[in-house]
Parts: sequence; structure tokens; C-alpha cells
Amino acid sequence: MRSQNPRRERAVWKRSLFYLALTLLTLFFLFPIIWMAMASFKTQVDNLATPPVVLFEPTLENYRETFIRNPFPRYTWNSFVVAAASTAIGVVVGAPAAFSIARYRQRGLAVVILAARIMPAISYLLPWYILFLRLKMVGTYESLIATHLTVGLPIITWMLIGAFEELPAELEDSTLVDGGSILTVFLRVALPLSAPTIAAASIIAFIFSWNNFLFSIILAGAATRPLPVAVFNFVSYLNINVGGLAAAATVITGIPMLLALLAQRYIVSGLTMGAVKG
Amino acid sequence: MAQSVFGRQLNSFISARRLKTSSLRRGRLIASWLFPLPAILVVAVMLAYPVGYTVWLSLHDLSPFNLENPEWIGTENYAALLKDTRFHAALERTAYFTLGALALQVALGLGMALLFNHNFVGRGVVRTLFLLPMVATPVAMSLIWMLILNPVDGVANWILETLGLPPQLWLNSADSVLPTLILMDTWQWSPLVMLMILAGMTALPHEPFEAAAIDGASWWQSFRFLMLPMLRPTIMVALMFRSIDCLKTFDIIYGTTQGGPGFASETLNLYIYKTGFDYFRLGYAAAALVVFFTLVLSVSLLLIILRRRTEAAA
Repeated sequence: MRSQNPRRERAVWKRSLFYLALTLLTLFFLFPIIWMAMASFKTQVDNLATPPVVLFEPTLENYRETFIRNPFPRYTWNSFVVAAASTAIGVVVGAPAAFSIARYRQRGLAVVILAARIMPAISYLLPWYILFLRLKMVGTYESLIATHLTVGLPIITWMLIGAFEELPAELEDSTLVDGGSILTVFLRVALPLSAPTIAAASIIAFIFSWNNFLFSIILAGAATRPLPVAVFNFVSYLNINVGGLAAAATVITGIPMLLALLAQRYIVSGLTMGAVKG
Repeated sequence: MAQSVFGRQLNSFISARRLKTSSLRRGRLIASWLFPLPAILVVAVMLAYPVGYTVWLSLHDLSPFNLENPEWIGTENYAALLKDTRFHAALERTAYFTLGALALQVALGLGMALLFNHNFVGRGVVRTLFLLPMVATPVAMSLIWMLILNPVDGVANWILETLGLPPQLWLNSADSVLPTLILMDTWQWSPLVMLMILAGMTALPHEPFEAAAIDGASWWQSFRFLMLPMLRPTIMVALMFRSIDCLKTFDIIYGTTQGGPGFASETLNLYIYKTGFDYFRLGYAAAALVVFFTLVLSVSLLLIILRRRTEAAA
């Protein structure tokens, strides 16, 4: 009887250690997000209290401050326009390219598009900035959409290469034998069958455009400023308004986080250009 | 007679087929160019042209004052870079940040993947929640980190003090700023490393582990001599993606310290950004850029070659 106890004791120990590690890790990865969301509903007094207040009366004042007394709806719209337009163009340009790469084995083109993902973005930004200065295009939606396109295009193309390569060749061949053109194969067979991947790739491209900071901080103007730049500027003149900043950050990060939940099975594959199937 | 009619029909059938295949082949050729044409144009205009222009620009002196007529100065910018101590320091910090972040993220990612390789209640939910850091807008999170890590009234120091640990200066001291940024990057990206390695673990065959268990191998032995070697290719992919992005890290540094305090967190990307867009030394920034992207491309090429080798070995 006694000889069985130590073994069971060890199993219990192992199990508790396992859950302790798991809890600590989960706390670490969720803490900043939870802290941010809580701060966005706290008054300034509660936000500055030490020790931190956990139970508090939630207020919407911070959201009112951010979205009614500051032009955050405008910035949100700007972010949406740039992300949606660059993603849509990314699909229109990337899908046929991915189809052709998958079908005609154009490895060279695939590698060039991958290189766009590897190169530091700032190496495009400097020449674009000079070019857009000359064309008097700094501060326009067009300049933002064009630059954000280079963020989404590699993601969309590489995710779709994977999807198109997985389509059974017989399906495409039978359409050709029945007299359909290669365009019919693309539009009527390849695209509809890859709809889930196209949706997921669009979501991921949208998220990365939404989150982009470097292109926007240089190329956006007062009228076209997207959220990441706006929230960055927000800090400098409302330095101490913790709740207002938290409310803005909650909304900015909340949208990509919700979108990621929609495409959760594809996120890892999207972030690794299809190298890992999540 | 009948035979010749049949022969004619056969002939015309064959030539029709031939016509069909040749037109198919031509259609194929046209399609293989037309389909990727828009993407080729985007790559040429938005990516290839800027890179070529950057190389050209790096051999010139250009500022907003002579935007229309840049002056050819040959390799002077590169010669100046060789002597630029701020550039060298930025290079060192980039290496420090990248190696530190890689080590921490791969170690933590591997450890977490081992935990998640077990079944437990709520595994799916936790796994989903771990996706959140990597999609949360980095610059917004960096501002939140600044509040959390505020040395005076931030919650991070309150937690440390409650646990009886000494408070830290975090982003506000030259000694701790880079480790703190590495920690922030680890928060954002080690879940991705974990999910990549976990995907690799799930795909491993069971038989070798069962055989090892029968032979009396300890947990450590089967991890060290079976799992780790079999995971090598997956870990190489994770290293590849993370090193490319760590070398380029911008948002969380600019969002918090803008390279400070002093120059203590000024990595290559930050230095080039300031040279180009704050000091408007466009030609000089271009030369630094050429060095920067050559470095990033070489590192990724090296890792791709290494990965091929580990795959060939496995």
C-alpha cells in the first residue's frame, strides 16, 4: 500500500506543475490585452491607483473622449479604406499570379514575390517617399494603398499557391476537355474551390495592412492618417490620459484580434507564407 | 474507295487534333504570361524599381534641397559608413536584439509546444487565445507596454514589488532597454514559434517513440535523441521567419523609445529611418539601406540553405 503512494504523489505533483506552468504562460500572454481592456473602462483615478484596482465601476467616458471629442472615427475610416482597397487589389493581382505559378510551375516568380516579404520595408519606403514627393502624392490614399499592397500581395499569393496546388488536376483537365478555356478553369473551378483560403488570405492581408505603421507614418497626411499613426500621436498630447489611450488601443487591436478568430485555422499558415500548415 | 474516305477522315481528325493541341499550347503560353502580368507589374514598379533606385541613390548625395539634381559621389557614402561609429553601434544592437529574441522565442516556443502536445481541458481555447498577441497592432501594444512598464507607477513594478523583487527601469535605462524590447517581441511572437513547432510535433510518427519507450528510454532521452532531431527542419523554418523579422523590427522600438534613451535602442532600421526621414540625408540613408538589405537577404539565404541541408539529412 505504501509502495503505491509515492508514484501517485509524483503524478499529482507533475500534474500540478503542468497546470501551474500553463496558467503562468496564459497569464503572461493575455495580461497586456486584459490590462488594456480594463484600463479602457476605468476612470483616470482608478487607472492611477496603486495597488491597481481590479473591481471598479466601468465607465464609457474614455470611449466618448476618444471617439467623440477626437477624430478617431475618421482615422478608423482611413484605416479601413486603405486596408480594404489594398487587400482587394491584392486578391485581384495575386490570385491569377498564384494560379499561374501553381499550374505552370513558375518558381522564379514565386521566389521574387517571397523576396518582397524578406526585404526590409524601409528599403522601398525611401525611394517611394522621394517618388511620391516629386509626384506630390505624399498624404494621398493612393500612396498608402499602393505601399500597403506590397504587404498583402506576398501573403495572398503564397497562401493561394498552396491552395491551387492542392486542387486535383483531373478537375481542371476535365473542364479543358469539355471545351472550357484556361480562364474558365480559373474562374469556375480554381477560384470557387479555393474560396475559404481566399477569404482567410484576405483577412490576414487586411490585418497586416491595418497594423502597418512604418509606411503610414511617412506617407499619410492629416486627412488620410490611419489608426496606428493616430494613436501614436495621441500619446504625445494626451500623455497622462491612460484610459483614453487604452480605449483607442482596445479598438485598434480589437478589430484584427476579432478578424484573426474568424480565420484562426489559417493564421499560422498565413504568417509563414504557407510553410507551416496550422 | 471506302478506305480512302476513312483515310481522309482520319487525316483530318489527326490534323484537327494537332491544331487543337497547338492552339492549346499557344493558349497555355499566353495564359502563363497574362495571369501573372499584373503581379509582375506590381513587383517591377513597387519593389524592383525602388531597390534599383536605392542602389543608384547610394552613390549620390541627395537631400530635399537638391531633389532634382542629385550629385554623383561614387562610393563616398559607403566609405563614410565604414567610419560611422553610430552605424556600427546600431549594427551591434541589431545583432544583440535578434540573437536574444531568437534564443528566447525558440526556447519558450519549444517549451510551450511540449506543454500543448498534451491533452488538457480548454486546450483549443487557450491555443486560440495565443493567436492574439501576434495580430494585436504592434504600435498600439507598445504604447500599452509603456504604461505597464512605467518605472514610477506601472503595474509591472507593482507586481515585482509584491513578489518581493526589486523594481526595474525597463525601457527607461540604457542597460535594460534592449532586454525589455526583446521581452516585448517575445510576448508578441513566441506563440507563433510555439504553434509552428506544435504543428511539426503533431506530424511526427508515433512508432519511434513507442519503440524507445519499450526499450526503456527516459523522457529526456526520447526528447533529446528522437524528438529534437526530428523537429530540426521545423525549428529551422521558425528560426528563418523570426530572424528575418527580428532584424527588421521597427514598430515596437519606434513606438516606445524611438531609439532611446540616448541611442541605447537604436537598431539599424531605426538609424536608417532617422538618417533618411529626420535628417533627410537621403543618399547616405540609401547606402546604409543597401548594407541593411544585403544583410537581411544573406541571413535568409544562409538559413534557407541550412534548412535544405537539415531536410536532406532527415
